[in-house]
Amino acid sequence: MDLDINQYINIFVEESKEHLQNMNDVLLELEKSPSNHDYINEIFRVAHTLKGMSGTMGFNNMGNLTHYMENVLQAIRNNEIEVSDEIIDLLFECFDALDTSVNHIMDYGLEDSKSYDELINRLNKLLSKERSNIVNSDDKSKINPSQKNIMELEHHLVKVLKKAKSEGLNVFKIDISLRETCMLKAARAFIVFSTLETFGEIIHSHPPVDDIEDEKFDLNFSIMLVTAANESDLLESLSQISELDKIVLTLLDDSIDIIETNNVVAESDEDSSILHEKSTKNEKVTQSNLGKIGKTVRVDIDRLDNLMNLVSELIIIKTRMDDLSGKAAGENMTEAIEYLERITTSLHDAVMKVRMVPIERVFNRFPRLVRDLSKELGKEIDLQMSGEETEVDRTVIDEIGDPLIHLIRNSIDHGIELPKDRLKIGKPERGKLILKSYPDGNNVVIEVEDDGKGIDYKKIVNKALERGLITDNEVESLSIEESINLLFLPGFSTADKVSDLSGRGVGLDVVKSKIESINGSVEVESVKDKGTKFVIRIPLTLAIIQALLIKLSQEIYALPLSSVSEIINISSSDIRDVQGQEIALYRGKTIPILRLKNLLEIPEEDGDEDLVVVVVNKGDKQAGLIVDSLIGQQEIVIKSLGKYLSGIKYLSGATILGNGNISLILDVNSLI
Amino acid sequence: MSSAIDNKYVIFTLDKEYYGIPIDNVISIEKMLKATRIPNGPKYLKGVINLRGEVIPLIDLRQKLNMSLKEIDKNSRIIVVTNEDIVAGLIVDSSSEVIEIHEEDIDEVPSNENNNLSYIYGIGKTKDRLIILLELSKVLEN
Repeated sequence: MDLDINQYINIFVEESKEHLQNMNDVLLELEKSPSNHDYINEIFRVAHTLKGMSGTMGFNNMGNLTHYMENVLQAIRNNEIEVSDEIIDLLFECFDALDTSVNHIMDYGLEDSKSYDELINRLNKLLSKERSNIVNSDDKSKINPSQKNIMELEHHLVKVLKKAKSEGLNVFKIDISLRETCMLKAARAFIVFSTLETFGEIIHSHPPVDDIEDEKFDLNFSIMLVTAANESDLLESLSQISELDKIVLTLLDDSIDIIETNNVVAESDEDSSILHEKSTKNEKVTQSNLGKIGKTVRVDIDRLDNLMNLVSELIIIKTRMDDLSGKAAGENMTEAIEYLERITTSLHDAVMKVRMVPIERVFNRFPRLVRDLSKELGKEIDLQMSGEETEVDRTVIDEIGDPLIHLIRNSIDHGIELPKDRLKIGKPERGKLILKSYPDGNNVVIEVEDDGKGIDYKKIVNKALERGLITDNEVESLSIEESINLLFLPGFSTADKVSDLSGRGVGLDVVKSKIESINGSVEVESVKDKGTKFVIRIPLTLAIIQALLIKLSQEIYALPLSSVSEIINISSSDIRDVQGQEIALYRGKTIPILRLKNLLEIPEEDGDEDLVVVVVNKGDKQAGLIVDSLIGQQEIVIKSLGKYLSGIKYLSGATILGNGNISLILDVNSLI
Repeated sequence: MSSAIDNKYVIFTLDKEYYGIPIDNVISIEKMLKATRIPNGPKYLKGVINLRGEVIPLIDLRQKLNMSLKEIDKNSRIIVVTNEDIVAGLIVDSSSEVIEIHEEDIDEVPSNENNNLSYIYGIGKTKDRLIILLELSKVLEN
């Protein structure tokens, strides 16, 4: 039994997350236009779905909370209470609670034991307070909201029936029994639903449509249909559906309808009330879902990783065969290997594509973040996002979330001014925050731009001096650009006052190192009083890179080709020692020279006169690395060194060479 | 450390003493493999090995436990273990068997930061010998 539940937890979490994301989006929309009942309906629908799902999984606290959310939403739908900021804030808090709960379930497979009494109390309070404020509703409905729903349902059905009659439409109650041998009851029921919908509108079903979809019914179900068609038309098309045992059509006229509606059982009331308003929409959603299921498959990420590993292995063995064919090749062999190479490249591309996810995954939490922050700081900000559909590797997605949050916080906290200050300098009251993403060759570019006060580079230089991060001498030679880049130095923060949001001393240096750890780069452009733009460039994938293999004594190391700018030969007499740091002249610039053998604990033999130097760059910094010899350029598969070796300096990973030996990948960022 | 499934332990030797690791922490036992040196690592870290496409750190267990060193010989084995997301190979003098030790036959050891005892989870008693049961989380600590 435990196993069974576990098997569904992943699905539950996935789906809940989708629904919650939806709820989040709609809540943000609702905040903009509180009077729009479409949004309320949508949130109601999501809350209801979540209630059903958590109920099925036995997550009662979640179920409870969503139930009380439903009550409040229901009251709004009935115009008993009005949407206020308080309600929206409370709904956001409920959303947060649900989100936390789902995350907890994802991590532990169990529901968080704390119940949401506090939130539920507030929901209830809101309900009773607002209700008595706006309508003098009776006490009964406060105490027992479900009774309210029955009333509402009856009222509604009666209304629909009356309206139908006045328009000369028929209302049928259709009882369907399926054959006992029917295998896919839900699918069969769906066909019945969609068939009937071609005739008119389904206003009610028993059991509720959600239960029918989930096959939570025996063999019988009943539907109420408003239609212009007559009995025989309906019977004729229904009889064409196979596996139906019995079809009973009852035309509802004046005498029967009231009795019928009174017979509706209490437990289905809420479901049916959704159904009647949403029936057509619901069905459409179901339909499109059904269509989609055939085309997409949800795959566990571990399986994809496994597939990726196998492809990596294949590339390794291909490289090895390449080596071998060089030694003992016939014409045919070379040809076959070339073919193999083409296939592995295509296979690699294909697998890479499977692992790609739209950057929306990261972006979609930002509207909420911006809302909360701007509210907290009393700023008014329009968030404009574009390029959410840009795809990047899943591993990259996991890494860029935090840096982006940091940049957004920075823009809101330090960049965009308070509304009154903006008006004073002739800017529109509302600040603008633009989040843009687009592919650029093998990279993806993400821009975070604001129209705030920009970066005061003089202030930065002063701060850096104050903190002892640079010396007076250095200041004079700094360009504006270089001054701004001081922002990325560790332990830098320009906020005049330390706020809750940023300016805690961990700042942009963390952003920079995080981005660089995934082989990306950050640049900043800023114009005073006009705004600031951060440009992040990240590689599409992290798993396979082009590398330069170098030799140090008997050991082979790999350098990511992306950080190699040139290979030069210099004479050892060209190297000068300046206060313990060796430097050399390269293209009119002095660059530090690093002896890799020293750094990597390899005994140094007596130096040659002629040295091979690999010039590497990190941002606009450069350094020369002295190596013994070069082996060549190769596509390598990056293997993690694992948690145990994560503290070892100068290394970013390892790769397996064609002969099965391991070569370590040097981390250029930490070398410079 | 939680007790092993079925109370089974992989037994190996180091300097004539018998040691044990719960079998569910053991992935495999390998003959010596060629290791690639890791620069700037601790002394007991012998490098990384290529274990069927995975890159795994290799720890000289004698050195890690501050025991006298010994040349690798034909009896030397690598026990590939896993604990809390870490996978590593441990070099041991020899390894050949799996035995069952019941919980009631395991004595606790007074641990102390100053001696090697913190690496030990308990002493298992069998008919003919004592088996030192290792606390893997400590062994795999840097």
